[in-house]
Amino acid sequence: MRVELRGITKRFGSFTANDAIDLIVEPGQIHCLLGENGAGKSTLMNIVFGLMRADEGEILLDNQPVRFSNSGDAVRRGIGMVHQHFMLVPVFSVAENVVLGFEPTKSLGRLDRRRAHSEIRALSEKFGLEVDPEALVENLPVGLQQRVEILKALSHDAELLILDEPTAVLTPQEIDSLMDIMRSLADDGKSILFITHKLKEVRAVGDVITVIRQGKIIDSVPPTRSEGELASLMVGRDVNLKVTKEAVHAGDPVLELRDVVVRDDRGITVVKGVSLDVRSGEILAIAGVQGNGQTELVEAIAGLRRVESGTITLGGRDVTNRTPRQILDAGLGHVPEDRQRDGLVLSMSVEDNLVLNTSRRAPFARRGTRNLAAVTANAEELAQRFDVRTTSVKSPTGSLSGGNQQKVIVARELSRPLTCFIAAQPTRGLDVGSIEYVHRQIVEQRNGGLGVLIVSSELDEVLALGDRIAVLFDGGVMGVVEPTMSREEIGMLMAGVGPS
Amino acid sequence: MTTAEAPRRTWWTRYTSQSPSLLTFFALVLGFLIGAIVIIATTPAVLDAWRHIFHSPTAIFSALKITWDNVSAAYRSLFVGSIGDPRSFVHSFTTGKGWDTTMTPISETLTYATPLVIASVGVGIAFQTGLFNIGANGQAILGGIVGVWAGSMLHMTSVIHLPLTLVAGVLGGIVGGLIPGILKAYAGAHEVIVTLMLNYIIAFFLLYVVLSTALQQPGQSNDISRTIDHSAILQPLFGTSSGLRVSYGIFVAAAVVIFAWWFLNRSTLGFDFRVTGANPFAARASGINPKAVIILVFVISGGLAGLAGEVQMASTNHYIDGGFLIGNAGIGFTAITVALLGRNRPGGIVWGSLLFAALGVGGRTMQAMTGIPLDLATVIQSIVVLFVATPVLVKEIFHLRTQAQGVQLATKGWGQ
Repeated sequence: MRVELRGITKRFGSFTANDAIDLIVEPGQIHCLLGENGAGKSTLMNIVFGLMRADEGEILLDNQPVRFSNSGDAVRRGIGMVHQHFMLVPVFSVAENVVLGFEPTKSLGRLDRRRAHSEIRALSEKFGLEVDPEALVENLPVGLQQRVEILKALSHDAELLILDEPTAVLTPQEIDSLMDIMRSLADDGKSILFITHKLKEVRAVGDVITVIRQGKIIDSVPPTRSEGELASLMVGRDVNLKVTKEAVHAGDPVLELRDVVVRDDRGITVVKGVSLDVRSGEILAIAGVQGNGQTELVEAIAGLRRVESGTITLGGRDVTNRTPRQILDAGLGHVPEDRQRDGLVLSMSVEDNLVLNTSRRAPFARRGTRNLAAVTANAEELAQRFDVRTTSVKSPTGSLSGGNQQKVIVARELSRPLTCFIAAQPTRGLDVGSIEYVHRQIVEQRNGGLGVLIVSSELDEVLALGDRIAVLFDGGVMGVVEPTMSREEIGMLMAGVGPS
Repeated sequence: MTTAEAPRRTWWTRYTSQSPSLLTFFALVLGFLIGAIVIIATTPAVLDAWRHIFHSPTAIFSALKITWDNVSAAYRSLFVGSIGDPRSFVHSFTTGKGWDTTMTPISETLTYATPLVIASVGVGIAFQTGLFNIGANGQAILGGIVGVWAGSMLHMTSVIHLPLTLVAGVLGGIVGGLIPGILKAYAGAHEVIVTLMLNYIIAFFLLYVVLSTALQQPGQSNDISRTIDHSAILQPLFGTSSGLRVSYGIFVAAAVVIFAWWFLNRSTLGFDFRVTGANPFAARASGINPKAVIILVFVISGGLAGLAGEVQMASTNHYIDGGFLIGNAGIGFTAITVALLGRNRPGGIVWGSLLFAALGVGGRTMQAMTGIPLDLATVIQSIVVLFVATPVLVKEIFHLRTQAQGVQLATKGWGQ
């Protein structure tokens, strides 16, 4: 299907999210929409999918103007969308999820399970999307859940498939297989609109790359352009994708883990005797596929999860199973993995979030009374130093972009005296500009003599930042290696294959 | 980001930009409008007039007039009963006489609002921390019991006795709050269930103490307690001879409001409370001890409810009886509604309490003067709260434009 957007404009109050956007997707084309968070990609896609209505402009499908009053209209006209956050019922089977809303029935409205299963099987064979129709969705890994979403869209005879940031939740292997799927769907003549802010992916899979910035189309380019060129188109200035580091001057260990054992919420042991040292003036990066115990390990260090056995020493003091406050006071800076859940109070102001864990200390409080002037002054200073973009430090933190929210946490944690700094997935979901910034801050702290522990599922990030790399697999350390090791070798360790 | 032509700031844009107090005002307007419909639908004379509008060309005008007369008479009496009669004000101003009569409605409204403010502030602080204290009524009763006990069984000079009984009331409320607080912090028991059920236990405990030798008025077989000593009474502001019941309790309420404002906006503990209420996960990660917060919230919230109960005893009732459960419609329950109405902020709660007190007090005058039942006041109260709780609906009705996505709710559901 040929999809054409003409002059699509969408305003929210005085803010223009989409400004006269023209876009053509040819049949069988993988069209990448590249842009930073907040550039207007998702708004545009919501308009194409009928979830929002444009203020101006029109949509043409195969040269026929169409008007969608809801997403049902869009589905009927052959548009399918896979959202970033899946819209699946976890306790239903794959087949039940796919047919949901359009169930094949027997007499008296009974669900025809057999027909549902055979339909799904036929569909997965046709497109080469292997998945067991009888499996419960909640038991499937994220990559397969996404496959179910794609199947669901295809089951409605989608001719245009919109994929909204589909790789954000996937492992490197799952990303590869998603790209294979995209290619084979395009070969079948389906049009694909692929939304992302990851440069590697658009170059790997795209036929055309359209860059969108501040609601406007900046340029449409072939995938032969370099990552650096794409990044500067996206951000609007030159971006340094390489992290420059001075030689490491590691000192004494500031964080020592000895045989640490931690269980997850279900009571399953997920960290199985980890021993690691973080030395001052170095960055230790923990690599590993999501779900190999990294999350729980960091929570245990921060005092948010019980250590079953083993010891954690911070700056020479035993902090095993101490309260989060005691550990913070001992000098741990912590950028949590789920920043909106554990790191920020989105409904509260930026200035309050900047003193979230120091609000009781001088100069922010005296004898139980808060000093609001000091809180504001602190916020003004930090916002400037850490380049937090906000209209006011009194704005609710939830109104900031993801990158600026992360800067608020980083600024808060780095603004007090630290012994060790831990950042879990520090750049997840951030745009190129913010990633560059956060990386520079982390390296600066390490140059200043702080011990830094980074946990990341992005291998590029681990390789760029780490002075040493610890690979975690199934709750154990597969090995601590130098960053000069090849991606393939580290990839093997991440998959649990030890050096022979 | 790209900015479109900036809209001019007229009164209209100000009207359409969302402001919580504006929404509350519109909720109030809607409450009175729907109240008017209820009056029309339940007054036989009005309905009769509308039934006959086709009988003569002028019938529609007389029907409109009868409707206007009835509705305006009802709302006028509501106003006169809760704030006062404008003619009476003029009379008092010009002659300097009759102030006692003129001021009686305001005095009554303030008298009713005084304990309500205190209890509602307590509930509001708990709400802001993300905890539902549905047990304010029970805590108020416990405060009343302990306060009446201290006021009637201990005998001493007023300077010590009065503060002591107020503190006793607070302690009674704290006991009532500590039970759900400790159970939630250490056993994970849901505070809504525990506080709700405790209300019944405390209600029967009240019946026990006023029917046993513990606190029963000697020589009585009814469920009536001993009377508080004169030395432990919050005296009327203008002396007993004026007949105005508004008491020094109003200063207690004012102190509570000021304390609560300072506590929530300026104290480090209040900051911890608000952080916990807005995001308990981030609170824990920033070193706030959730167990301590839960217990402290219930100590403060329960203590204020207890104080509210005791203030009511010491200012107007002077004794506690089984009717305290039903007779005052349970200030603890009204307090939940008022806290919601005031968006859990001390300032808002003052206005909410005054509104509820005025509707309650004025409703009685309306019933006496126009025969429209007191229940209409309750209908208006309920509709106002309904609309305050559903901001989306009010925005839709008045075409208020929404700038931000999502909806700001006064409460977030029944805890986690």
